[in-house]
Amino acid sequence: MTPDSLRAALGGVPDPDWLDTALRRVTTEPTAITRLFPAAGRRCGRAALPDVPGWTADDAARVLLLTSLPGEHAAYAERLYQHGDAAERRAVLRALPLLPIGADGVPLLHDAIRTNDTRLVAAAIGPYARHLDQAAWRQAVLKCVFSGVPLANVADLDTRADGELTAMLAALAAERHAAGRELPADANDLLHRLTAALPREA
Amino acid sequence: MRIFDPHIHMTSRTTDDYERMAAAGVRAVVEPAFWLGQPRTSAASFTDYFDSLIGWEPFRAGQFGVRHFATIALNPKEANDPRCRPVLDLLPRYLDKDAVVAVGEIGYDSMTPEEDEAFAAQLALAVAYDLPALVHTPHRDKARGCDRTLAVVAESGIDAGRVVVDHLNEVTVKLVRDSGCWLGFSIYPDTKMTPQRMVELLREYGTERMLVNSAADWGRSDPLLTRATGEAMLAAGFSDDDVDKVLWRNPVEFYGQSGRLDLSDLDAAAAVDPQTGNSILRGGS
Repeated sequence: MTPDSLRAALGGVPDPDWLDTALRRVTTEPTAITRLFPAAGRRCGRAALPDVPGWTADDAARVLLLTSLPGEHAAYAERLYQHGDAAERRAVLRALPLLPIGADGVPLLHDAIRTNDTRLVAAAIGPYARHLDQAAWRQAVLKCVFSGVPLANVADLDTRADGELTAMLAALAAERHAAGRELPADANDLLHRLTAALPREA
Repeated sequence: MRIFDPHIHMTSRTTDDYERMAAAGVRAVVEPAFWLGQPRTSAASFTDYFDSLIGWEPFRAGQFGVRHFATIALNPKEANDPRCRPVLDLLPRYLDKDAVVAVGEIGYDSMTPEEDEAFAAQLALAVAYDLPALVHTPHRDKARGCDRTLAVVAESGIDAGRVVVDHLNEVTVKLVRDSGCWLGFSIYPDTKMTPQRMVELLREYGTERMLVNSAADWGRSDPLLTRATGEAMLAAGFSDDDVDKVLWRNPVEFYGQSGRLDLSDLDAAAAVDPQTGNSILRGGS
């Protein structure tokens, strides 16, 4: 996803002038983002954007506000996250991979993954999760399975899944089976793919 | 029967309550910021509380298709503690949030000078942020407290039609009705107001500007008393339309004045996010 494709997809929002003005304003007056960021849902709506599957107008507008800042992206992302409602926090998490901040946003991922709000967990396990260490990443994947977040939200799932994740998933499957329950279908499929790929031992 | 509970402290209630409320027809709630029973000792404690009102609590409600909105304020009781006063400086950032549909609960508890100051300052915030105000009336010395409340509201310059004065009873109803403010009634198992007494007040004063809430919290209270009041109205001869006006259209009209009461797709709201499912209904593993 790029800012340009989000901008193009936002062409039909109810109040495009507001968004244009807001995006121009934060380039010269970055502190204005403090009040523009929470207002974005009311001004741009919250509808799904057909041209960018998985994105809504409020998320896209807020991500663009962050990418339009002239600098201090990490500091603004942190403050907007800490002062945000759940929708604002989700937008910050989705903006992280598009900001020039290296791994500085990782503490926000940890915070989001600690919550039980599936909207935040799903947003935290996207492309920016490449900065999570392997242990934290495995725990986040397990949390998705445990809380019903579809694994389609997990970036680089098959390439990053390792033997330890396979063992953790197998243990969860065993625990569920013992209780007469099943893993969600996507987790079951993943477990099958991972175990099929393992070298067989006699 | 569709029900909008315009005043309920869901933070103090269990997830089972959400389930029972949804089954009884409650489809939207407003949770006013208030006291939590245990007095708080710092502004940071309020930050976590307010964040929960605009984060976790709407998520929890969404599991059951219930829309959750909030009102934010420093309550009168804790306005008396100097350690909590810095909360007033934190309010502006919360009053910008999508789901914050009023400033509240503000008003009086013991009618101290500190409460005077916090009340006036927060009415000014309601005007500045173009939000309605939810005003609590004191449980002790209620009639005089109500009188003084209305004087402060009038002095603040806020439009009376954008203010609800809450926890009214037979003694205070007329005063508030004549002021042009909205009238809030908290239906409790046996104290503030009961369904039967409420029906009598609706008979006498009509259904205009009347708001019925459960004000359920950590005390003895019942989140289904809104529904019980609707049933008592029907049994007393009120029409379905009267019940819909009191339990749905009135609160929608009052809080709709915020411009932020988004009730679109209410029927589709049974899941918070169809893409992500949820973790509460199943109770995890």
